[in-house]
Amino acid sequence: MDRLKGIIKKEFYHIFRDKRTLLILFGIPIVQIVLFGFAISTEIKEVKVALLNQSKEVSSHQLVNKILSTSYFKVDEILENEEAINTSFKKGRIKAAIVIPPHFEEDILKNKEAKVQIICDASDPNTGTQIGAFLEGQIQSFLYENAQKTFGSSPPIQINTEIQMRYNPELKSAYTFVPGLITIILMLICTMMTSIAITREIETGTMEVLLASPMHPSIIILGKVIPYLALSFSIAVFILFLGKFVFGVPILAHFGLITFEILLYCLVVLALGIFISTVAKTQQLALMISLFALFLPTMLLSGFIFPIHNMPLPLQMVTKVIPATYFNIIIKALMLKGATISEILKETLVLAGMFVVLVGVSIKRFNIRLG
Amino acid sequence: MEKIIESTELTKTFGDFTAVNKITFDVKKGEIFGFLGANGAGKSTAMRMLTGLLSPTSGAATVAGYDVFTEQEKIKKNIGYMSQKFSLYNDLTLMENITFYGGIYGLSNTQIKERGEKLIERLDLGNIKKKLLKEVPLGWKQKIAFSVATLHNPKVVFLDEPTGGVDPITRRQFWEMIYEKADQGMTVFVTTHYMDEAEYCHRISMMVHGEIHGYGTPKELKKEFNAQNMDEVFIHLARGDQYNLK
Amino acid sequence: MKRFKFILQKEFKQIFRDKGMLPIIFLMPIMQLMVLSFAATFDVHNINMEIIDKDQSSLSQQLISKYASSSYFNILQNTPYDADNGESLQTGEAVIILEIPQDFEKNIIHHQPTQLSAKVDAIDGMSAGVSVNYAQSIIRDFQDNYLQEKGLLLKNGLKINISNLNWYNNSLNYKFYMVPGLLVLLVSMIGIFLTSMNIVKEKEIGTIEQLNVTPITKAEFIIGKLFPFWCIGMFVLSLGLSIAKLVFDIPIQGPLSIVFAFAMIYLLVVLGLGLIISTLSDTQQQSMFIAWFFMIVFVLLSGLFTPIENMPGWAQDLTLLNPVRYFIEIMRNVLLKGASWADVKMNFFIIGIYGIIINALAVLLYRKTN
Repeated sequence: MDRLKGIIKKEFYHIFRDKRTLLILFGIPIVQIVLFGFAISTEIKEVKVALLNQSKEVSSHQLVNKILSTSYFKVDEILENEEAINTSFKKGRIKAAIVIPPHFEEDILKNKEAKVQIICDASDPNTGTQIGAFLEGQIQSFLYENAQKTFGSSPPIQINTEIQMRYNPELKSAYTFVPGLITIILMLICTMMTSIAITREIETGTMEVLLASPMHPSIIILGKVIPYLALSFSIAVFILFLGKFVFGVPILAHFGLITFEILLYCLVVLALGIFISTVAKTQQLALMISLFALFLPTMLLSGFIFPIHNMPLPLQMVTKVIPATYFNIIIKALMLKGATISEILKETLVLAGMFVVLVGVSIKRFNIRLG
Repeated sequence: MEKIIESTELTKTFGDFTAVNKITFDVKKGEIFGFLGANGAGKSTAMRMLTGLLSPTSGAATVAGYDVFTEQEKIKKNIGYMSQKFSLYNDLTLMENITFYGGIYGLSNTQIKERGEKLIERLDLGNIKKKLLKEVPLGWKQKIAFSVATLHNPKVVFLDEPTGGVDPITRRQFWEMIYEKADQGMTVFVTTHYMDEAEYCHRISMMVHGEIHGYGTPKELKKEFNAQNMDEVFIHLARGDQYNLK
Repeated sequence: MKRFKFILQKEFKQIFRDKGMLPIIFLMPIMQLMVLSFAATFDVHNINMEIIDKDQSSLSQQLISKYASSSYFNILQNTPYDADNGESLQTGEAVIILEIPQDFEKNIIHHQPTQLSAKVDAIDGMSAGVSVNYAQSIIRDFQDNYLQEKGLLLKNGLKINISNLNWYNNSLNYKFYMVPGLLVLLVSMIGIFLTSMNIVKEKEIGTIEQLNVTPITKAEFIIGKLFPFWCIGMFVLSLGLSIAKLVFDIPIQGPLSIVFAFAMIYLLVVLGLGLIISTLSDTQQQSMFIAWFFMIVFVLLSGLFTPIENMPGWAQDLTLLNPVRYFIEIMRNVLLKGASWADVKMNFFIIGIYGIIINALAVLLYRKTN
């Protein structure tokens, strides 16, 4: 036990001596929370549009006024001819263009039927179509108001939908990114830091000194891992607090259960870090593997940014081997839905299974490497 | 004889700590100058100032006629350096290391080839020419590092504890190489804490706690401190230092 | 400049000799591009939906079949009564529970208002919003169809035919948008991480001191360190663009020469930044974390995943300092919109200034003498 304590102490010295890394470890969650919380928004507002009004008569102005009556749109440029549309898009300033043809007024008065063209920059299809739909909606309500003015009648049938946004009624993005951030950051610290800490000892030769001591290798590894476990756990708690008190993200489930699940996930990713260190010979390689094989896929495939059900089937299968996928489900269910253990039992068991497999494989590889 | 290194009251402080305190000495051309002292006495710091790796705090010094305060890059053109840590590239072969350092010192391709081959022949390393240096034993590596550091025929070569962790036979061979270079007119500035090696030097300075406490030929020093060998001189000085501390 | 050649030679040898790193440098980014491009999509489809049809009428059946035939929705369950009171939302099986009330058909026939209710798992606010939009558009469709069938459309009202055109990505293929952006991300990551570990690695093994006593100039040193990674960056970019074209069929509307010309300067910025990080770090681990920190901020403020226009003003101003933003903009504008040199000259101007500042700093901060 004393030996274990010794190693743990030594590892803590390593961690706390390197002030810059420590600063960054706590700095990353803060910066990410600020950026995600305040800067990153998927809400569309003040979209810059260009206007090509070839009619310039009363009804076209009425239509334009109606379209611009919301805060969604802002005219950035008044165009003179059709060629200008393309140029304006290419400069990348506007997201949509509205074209009203020359005989708009006449068409409306005589034929009761006119044309309007909406051109969206669909290079980003989501934003493009959303803007298109908004613009269309504005034109529709222009017509509707017009009809009401003229006929004073309401439409013959009315189907309303009462929508209840569960768990996140105000659609705050903090509700997704706070749990997601815990998932990602824990992965980063546990996996990257441990894999580097172990390969560094192998690279500098101090590992041999440790292994030559009367300590069992598992004690050495345990001693190296426990400080990172403690560090990760404190960072997880730190993020939970930031989420709760800065963004009001609820923490509904029992505290004990949350602690248990966080520790379980930490163990899985720590085991992953140990496994990487049994594969990589140099720190650089360990870093690159952690980064490319883990970090990007975790961020993109765990459901943190992109919903898993949108992915093609083979990729959905890939997401199933990523520990973060399960923890992401667990932590969201715990924080936001107040889930009980029975509701997340399956995910918990999968994580536990992953832990056992990773530890088993690592021990085997570690022995081969030493023998 | 021409003085190639001249130091007057050269000083380096790090905050409150004075690592090197007003050292004054000179080294003549073609001399093997031993820079002795216990671990932490300030040898490496002094050497790092002379090689232009570290800016001095005060005093004055020139190396090969250039000022260590202002002409560090000119000094670097005229010296060779072999650090305590083995610092050739382990993931390059012998010849690749030679090509790299030769190139950096501005040797032409033919010069690199000629001198490289001479070096390999001199050290009898033909069979490991194409091997990565990480596969070469330490004793050989030290000799290789020395040869590479002198490849461009610098006026002075600085050696920082060059024989640490090396067996007695290799050490002997190493000193033979040093003498060879000195005979060709190269000045050798060497730090060591092996006192038998001190006897090989033409002149030595003995550093204690950042200051030079002994300075002269081995013979003069032995006489001055009434000692049989350099070991005794060293112990005398080091102990004196302990008295000073008390 | 002759010395420069020898540094290059050495760096290239070291890179190509490291058998562990090679596949990571060349294969990994390509694999990631191939795989992650499929993952990085906000295209919403297959939304799991549970329907509680309390009406069990032919009109409610019509509505349900509209949902069933839409690719946006995947109907898990269709029950006549509310059996589990939202349990499927709690377990995460369903994302939407739509409830059709009793008298749905009766109310519609008698021109009375009728009310559906939808419970949505809104944890992911963005997806929830999109799902609700789709759900409502199906209801609107249903309503329009019904009116048309019964001849109840307003006959004398105004009509405006709206032609809604989706320029630059007519097929609304999300990959067209993401692949160029992801490629920028991957090239930047490779560049910044490799360079940020390079100098500090020589510090750790001690060879940097040996270099510092040589007459090599600081500029020669920095350029010699930078150039090999610059080549790697350009190579990975070319490879990535070929894959974008061959595998994902990304349109290339504008001149590729713009992309390459920009990349040449852009890489200098990224690599210079990596070298600065490396110069200022004490250990590889430290430099890695600092590089990672920068990368995260760069990515989040680049407009890669979320449009810059949606950010608050101060965040939009911050993106102006982000080199990644400019490259992503160039990639998307040139590839998808066919932007010309004149359209993007501002980006060139900014990245050029950036390149000069960063690399001057890299040379200045690198110290041969402490």
